Amino acid sequence: MVIEIRELTKRYGAKTAVDGLSVTVRPGMVTGFLGPNGAGKSTTMRLIIGLDAPSSGEVRVGGRRYRDFPAPLHEVGALLEAREVHPGRTAYKHLLALARTHGISRRRVEEVIGLAGLSEVARQRVGGFSLGMGQRLGIAAALLGDPEVVMLDEPVNGLDPEGVRWVRTLLAGLAAEGRTVFVSSHLMGEMALTAQHLVVIGRGRLIADSSVADFTARAPGEFVRVRTSDASRLGELLAGPGVTIRPASDGVLEVTGLTSDQIGVVAAAGKVTLYELAPQHASLEEAFMEVTHDHVEYHAGDLASIGSRA
Amino acid sequence: MSAATIHGPGTTPLKLTWPRVLRSEWTKLWSLRSSVYTLLTAAVVMIGFGLIFSATQTASRSRAGPPGVSDPATVSLGGVYLAQLVIAVLGVLLISSEYSTGSIRSTLAAVPRRLPVLWAKGAVLAAVTLMLMAAATIAAFVGGQAILSGKHLQTSLSDPGVLRAVLGAALYLTVVALLGLGLGALLRHTAAAIGIAAGLLLVLPILASLLPPSWSSHITRFLPANAGQAILNVHHVANTLSPWTGLAVFCGYALASLTAAAILLVRRDA
Repeated sequence: MVIEIRELTKRYGAKTAVDGLSVTVRPGMVTGFLGPNGAGKSTTMRLIIGLDAPSSGEVRVGGRRYRDFPAPLHEVGALLEAREVHPGRTAYKHLLALARTHGISRRRVEEVIGLAGLSEVARQRVGGFSLGMGQRLGIAAALLGDPEVVMLDEPVNGLDPEGVRWVRTLLAGLAAEGRTVFVSSHLMGEMALTAQHLVVIGRGRLIADSSVADFTARAPGEFVRVRTSDASRLGELLAGPGVTIRPASDGVLEVTGLTSDQIGVVAAAGKVTLYELAPQHASLEEAFMEVTHDHVEYHAGDLASIGSRA
Repeated sequence: MSAATIHGPGTTPLKLTWPRVLRSEWTKLWSLRSSVYTLLTAAVVMIGFGLIFSATQTASRSRAGPPGVSDPATVSLGGVYLAQLVIAVLGVLLISSEYSTGSIRSTLAAVPRRLPVLWAKGAVLAAVTLMLMAAATIAAFVGGQAILSGKHLQTSLSDPGVLRAVLGAALYLTVVALLGLGLGALLRHTAAAIGIAAGLLLVLPILASLLPPSWSSHITRFLPANAGQAILNVHHVANTLSPWTGLAVFCGYALASLTAAAILLVRRDA
């Protein structure tokens, strides 16, 4: 089932959390929902399952509003915030109470408890759970109704490395079964390992909607930093197809599309003195930071082409 | 979709239904220690204070001996004045704790139309409160009369108006619970809702008693607690509503709080 978000806007008083967002999330793959903290990811997810009402625009899941489904937990399973559980209730009773609204069997409750690795602690009250156990319980609750759409907000938060790997495997498995998997994170590195498609937002607006491969190719992943006596002349010499030259500070150029060796050769031939010639390897994380970094409006225009090409 | 890997075979089709929401809320009520303890406390208060009041009434009667003491049924039901606060807290917590813990988001994600949650909570709360409090008021009455019989002050359930007062106390407490639920859902904040419930049930009657008598007939008897507690009067008391009219007025307050809560539950962001 497809999640269609159309012109979605949500304002809380004077603050606009989601601003005209239009995205389609498709089944059969993991779609990463990226953005810095406060970008509007959690709000968007709350709007998808109708916990909050949009100020304008709409969300459809499989062509319907979430509240119109005869069995909502069977359509969308969501983990929104780690603690959506009364701490005085045991994990088992929490899941059982949710299951009973839909006539989900006790056996299924035990099944998701096992799946989430909570069998040992299921009869303990949730108040004593670690953050990681709370996350596992939230994921168990999301899977309870065997949903077509699985939507998880920051699922790896608080998980140990074993738990992180478990989530990755789980999400890949769910996507392979043809389900729609929509997972938010503020960590680009995690998404690069988990997702096939990325939706990036900042300040409630769409920044990028592309495959992971396109995103990383487009992001300024590697460049060479050159400091020289005559930046403008070197710039002219280096210019060519596929080469991007950004003047950074006084006498410094950041060159993309050429190796440091190639730049050194050109500089020597042109008799330009180099003071510094250093290849820079920006990580995916840095690329993401740069993309989402303050000037959202500027980047939105800049990267819009990615979406149309994808 | 290859659901079989996650979903076992032989399961009935999943569907959200009203009776299932009711069952879910039943599970939720009994799976929290706080609600179980609160219910037990209400029963203990109802019975304990009934016995204490009956005993003190018996003791004072042996010294003074004049007529004009309170009705023996009303004496043995005296615990209702404290039990109402405990029951109001139960009603408030049933929903306000969902907001304070965040579990309301799980609840409303499972039941996105929302209103069935409120009605189911109300139905479970009313049924449990009525059953348990009816048992408690009968126990308080029977125990109290046994003590009062020591000075031959007792009355019996077969006397006019007595059975109505005893079961009426349980009905009153049931409506108190629903009023608490309405306030809790309306305010979504435990302390604020309990404060308002206590104000309505305990403080307002005291303030009203300070008004001149001419006001009393017009205003005081229509106040929530004054109206609701008319059902406890075995004989008519001046400036009070008749028992069933009083309870009906009190039901009106509870219904108003629940209606307002229902409207806001649908409209507000969770």
